Amino acid sequence: MKVTVDQDKCVASGQCVVAAMEVFDQRDEDGIVVLLTPEPPAEQAEDVRHAAAVCPALAIEIQD
Amino acid sequence: MTSTVNPVDERAARAPEFPMARAAGCPFDPPPGLRGMQQEGPLAKVRLWDGSTPWLVTGYADQRTLLGDPRVSADINRPGYPRQAPMPPGGTGVSFILKDDPEHARLRRMVTAPFAIKRVEAMRPGVQKIVDDLIDELLAGPNPVDLVEAFALPVPSLVICQLLGVPYADHDFFQENSKVIINRNVTPEQRSAAHGNLIGYLDDLMGEKIAHPVDDLLSGLAGRVTAGELARDEAAQMGVLLLIAGHETTANMIALGTLALFEHPDQLALLRETDDPKLISSAVEELLRYLHITHSGRRRVAVADIEIGGEVIRAGEGLILANDIANRDPDVFAEPDRLDLRRDARRHVAFGFGVHQCLGQPLARMELQVVYNTLYRRIPTLRPATELERIPFKHDGSVYGVYELPVTW
Ligand code: SF4
Repeated sequence: MKVTVDQDKCVASGQCVVAAMEVFDQRDEDGIVVLLTPEPPAEQAEDVRHAAAVCPALAIEIQD
Repeated sequence: MTSTVNPVDERAARAPEFPMARAAGCPFDPPPGLRGMQQEGPLAKVRLWDGSTPWLVTGYADQRTLLGDPRVSADINRPGYPRQAPMPPGGTGVSFILKDDPEHARLRRMVTAPFAIKRVEAMRPGVQKIVDDLIDELLAGPNPVDLVEAFALPVPSLVICQLLGVPYADHDFFQENSKVIINRNVTPEQRSAAHGNLIGYLDDLMGEKIAHPVDDLLSGLAGRVTAGELARDEAAQMGVLLLIAGHETTANMIALGTLALFEHPDQLALLRETDDPKLISSAVEELLRYLHITHSGRRRVAVADIEIGGEVIRAGEGLILANDIANRDPDVFAEPDRLDLRRDARRHVAFGFGVHQCLGQPLARMELQVVYNTLYRRIPTLRPATELERIPFKHDGSVYGVYELPVTW
């Protein structure tokens, strides 16, 4: 699984961080998403998919 | 002649009034009329207070699609925008939630940092203390008592005051005024006056923060004003928005959620007996889904023609995305009318969807987790002190909830 994020789209809702803390973080200054793990291990795949599904800004893309 | 009538016009002519009434004795379910519309198809027409007939979107998937579509505008000043109430005389300033990008994004990003997950988590012990102290006071005070006044309103109010840097001592003043602003049944003049009061108050406070900045959100905005990045009236406007949004919504989730749990004793027992953060967090999501207190729908206007579900929404037509009924969409949530604290309800749209999704949701979630995990455990015998029929519901508010909830223990 490969993950990309679009920081321009992100509205800093933090939903991705709640869904998958090992993979996503937020910038201190403005809460914009930071991708920690662009290729998350299989056991995190479901959480990452959930993060992409709940991201209100459609800022998370996943390639399998 | 009927064959020449445009079917959309014809539908507009028989559009039912919106908002709709809930069924008697069923305070938690969306109006039955909405359910009927959801079964009929993705789009329907409704009639508003001013006679306009915007589209009503009831399905979960369609709402998410439209709220993520850049051809859909949140700008309240565009013709065709479905307003909830008449425009106050002379108008009022418009906060960023009623603007489009890039202006919306510019302003929103100035206030997102304090709502980042780690920052909110750092506030959790402070919120726990606020909740514990209020429960101590509650237990030492009169019994029965109104839970709204004694607990549901003070919790989020104290929290948002701390975060913004607003003196809590002034809470009577701003709660009175914000009550007027979110009531759909006041006159435009009353709403305008209340808004003016709050703007004046925040503007004074902004002056203080500009002169003596400390470590709070308003001081952060004051710094932007000083740096020339933000106009002072924009800063006051943002302060008003955060102050109102910060306590009205969460307060209603606390009181209405408690009432819903009283009506579902098996679910209340789950919360009373657990300290599993996973279950508490899923309970919060499920109550957000089930109660959908933002029951007037997300309001938008199309800026270009949009085809959806075999229909065309024309540029300039208004849209109401009814998130209450979307949260009960059986295609997404099995047995949607059942309150089930163990289900995975995280996809609900109680906070909206798209770039305007609620900014304060991490804070709201954390407050509700602390409250639901503390209140019923510390007062295990907590129960209503009156019958359901006697409880006054906020049918007329833009945020749904109860005006009062007498409780005993
Ligand atoms: S869920 Fe989406 S909008 Fe929210 S912080 Fe993550 S990437 Fe940004």
